[in-house]
Amino acid sequence: MTTAITVSGLHKSFGRTHALDGLDLDVAAGEVHGFLGPNGAGKSTAIRVLLGLLRADSGTARVLGLDPWADAVEIHRRIAYVPGDVTLWRNLSGGEVIDLYGRLRGGLDATRRARLIERFELDPAKKGRTYSKGNRQKVALVAAFASDADLLILDEPTSGLDPLMEEVFQACVEEERDRGRTVLLSSHILSEVEDLCDRVSIIRKGRTVETGSLADLRHLTRTSVSAELAAEPDGLAGLKGVHDLDIQGRRVRLQVDTEELGGVLRKLTEAGVRSLTSTPPTLEELFLRHYQDEVPR
Amino acid sequence: MTAYALPAPTGRDRQLAGTGTLLRFALRRDRVLAPVWVAVNTLMVLSMPNTLDGLYATPGDRADLMHQVLTNASFRALIGPLFATSTGALTAWRVGVYAGVLAAVTSLLVVVRHTRDEEESGRYELVASGAVGRRAPLTAALLAALVPNAALALLVTAGLARLGLAGALCFGLGLAAVGMVFATMAAIAAQLTESARPARGLTSAVLGAAFVLRAAGDSGTADGSSVLTWLSPLGWLENLRSFAGERWWVLGLSVAAVAVQAVAAYTLAGRRDLGMGLLPARPGPPAGTLGSVGALALRLQRGALLGWAAGFLLAGAVFGSMAGSAADLVGTNKATREIFERMGGQSGVTNAFLASMAGILGLVAALFVVGSVLRLHGEETSGRAEPLLACPVGRLRWAAGHLVIAFGGSALIMTLAALGLAAGYGRDVGPLLGACLVQLPAIWVIGAVTVLLYGLAPRLAPGAWAVAVAVLLIGWVGPALNAPQIVLDLSPFGHLPKLPGVAMRWEPVLALLGLAAALLGGGLAGLRRRDLTT
Repeated sequence: MTTAITVSGLHKSFGRTHALDGLDLDVAAGEVHGFLGPNGAGKSTAIRVLLGLLRADSGTARVLGLDPWADAVEIHRRIAYVPGDVTLWRNLSGGEVIDLYGRLRGGLDATRRARLIERFELDPAKKGRTYSKGNRQKVALVAAFASDADLLILDEPTSGLDPLMEEVFQACVEEERDRGRTVLLSSHILSEVEDLCDRVSIIRKGRTVETGSLADLRHLTRTSVSAELAAEPDGLAGLKGVHDLDIQGRRVRLQVDTEELGGVLRKLTEAGVRSLTSTPPTLEELFLRHYQDEVPR
Repeated sequence: MTAYALPAPTGRDRQLAGTGTLLRFALRRDRVLAPVWVAVNTLMVLSMPNTLDGLYATPGDRADLMHQVLTNASFRALIGPLFATSTGALTAWRVGVYAGVLAAVTSLLVVVRHTRDEEESGRYELVASGAVGRRAPLTAALLAALVPNAALALLVTAGLARLGLAGALCFGLGLAAVGMVFATMAAIAAQLTESARPARGLTSAVLGAAFVLRAAGDSGTADGSSVLTWLSPLGWLENLRSFAGERWWVLGLSVAAVAVQAVAAYTLAGRRDLGMGLLPARPGPPAGTLGSVGALALRLQRGALLGWAAGFLLAGAVFGSMAGSAADLVGTNKATREIFERMGGQSGVTNAFLASMAGILGLVAALFVVGSVLRLHGEETSGRAEPLLACPVGRLRWAAGHLVIAFGGSALIMTLAALGLAAGYGRDVGPLLGACLVQLPAIWVIGAVTVLLYGLAPRLAPGAWAVAVAVLLIGWVGPALNAPQIVLDLSPFGHLPKLPGVAMRWEPVLALLGLAAALLGGGLAGLRRRDLTT
């Protein structure tokens, strides 16, 4: 497995704020990697370091095998970037901006450009100042998807897009993966990440708290089980990994560490199962678990 | 379910609901800018009587001046006709047009800022969803323009009252009237265009036309009676004849214009939807030809550069056409001659005049170079530079696109100024080209200071305006105020040879070029090293 991005122990402060506090990140070539975190977790700062726009205080970062600060231009030949808040020049049309970015990145495919404009339902003749927020994002997205970049760095790219366009966006990302390109997708829209990403990294306060495939992450968390049994269950409370056990006669609700699920099922089967629902943790639950102390109760 | 009966508001209440709140909000947003504008304009007017008393101390001096204004058409085109020789009349003549232009610019900026700017940015939408009448925002904007204009009228009246209360009041009201004519004009323009910039441009163009009409009319007649002058709101100001037998009825013209334009603006505002203009925004090309950051920089700065180029050519031509009669203008007055020679050189009043005009154009070009370099800062802080710099574009190449225009553009506009001077004066272009281009090292030092600030401390970059304005003040009023040499030496322009008419000296020119190069290098090194502002 070759890696597209390797980051370890990255630190970056602005005055007294530690925006990055020992961030680690590994993005394999050819994967769609979700970069998750709440506002202010340091996602954009990390991306700007990867783009060579900010200089890290310490730690190492390699993008496509190169140093993002020293070899910025070399790296930029092979990447396309979409910021979370696209600002355009007031009196340049969207089409002019798309073509400018295309030429700066070494040319873009005219057929693909035309198809993307059609799919995103973008009017390329409008002037920059007249686009809405979502349409400004589309301008940057068309420019990025029409490029021949090996690595796409997308920083909350779908803010302002409606659900239909969100779907177009997801289809485009999947096509990019099929073409063998790597995507780093920073987002806080969990369903988007769940649908698209092979692996995710969750960051919090400038530090990576969890990284791996969604399956890996789920394995580390709890599954909710609720069951209606033929008889009152016995011995559930003593089982390893069982939490929040709630027994109402023959009805049972509990949370169990996913790796201990087998033991619980055996006990339930012993009592005779009438009905059973087992819900794997959603990304949302994963996410909330890591930020629980920040969520107001 | 309960039905609530709201009291039915009367028509006027509905239309103007919320005006008071919006006005207070507008005044709060203007709490720095508006007082500064009023103070600058007031000081400009109130500093005149003393200066003029010094320049034209004796009745003989004043008779000479009157004679010159009567006989010199280009002099009248620049300043206007003189109706009497009292200090009050001299003040109204000398400063009237310029104080009027400043009041007009202030007013149009205030009105567009609180109308179309708000609407374009989307902030107004939120305001309009509150309990705000349809006519309230425009009313609040016009009142927000009325407040500084009224303050200006009051301060000018009070400040000049010792020269004659009637004249002072007439002049003060005349200035405020010009302001309000352009405030209501801007209110119309703000209904026509979809964004603020063309609304400001449209109103400024009308102001420019008003200046040209007045100048053309006054160059033809010596008493302001030309039809062209009467077509211009700036012409009405001079035709009030403050301190020279006030013609109060002329104020009626301004009042009528304000009323007609306000009605037009309200009517237009009532006929359009939120966010729309009556002039459609033109679409752009669906595909572009821009292929490099250099081409992008040129495209972004093209309009401003063309405007400066045209302005410098025109200003050169106007100054050049006055050069022939410069000796008449200055000749008989010892004080002005001394000032000209101190500003402009030693030999020959004409050469001194040309040198001082080239110097003034150079000082103004310093403003161009600052504005042009600061485009870099604007691109960076707006977030437009970030995705560009994420393309295979080095920071220096990106910066170079704008810097070539800033530094090359200042060479271009000074060359055009020389051509204009030569055309207006009707002489050989060579020496005038020398006089204008010798300003470049000093202009470039100011530009390089801007690059240095931007590269090392981007937050301080707008401070470059303060540097340019300080240099402008030192060059403009320093000699007239007998400022100590050490202050005059702070400006790079003070070290330049006063061409034409004196020998060229290369040492200061080369020293300034070296200084500019060093500052530029320092700024660019800083830009390469620092974090991008995000």
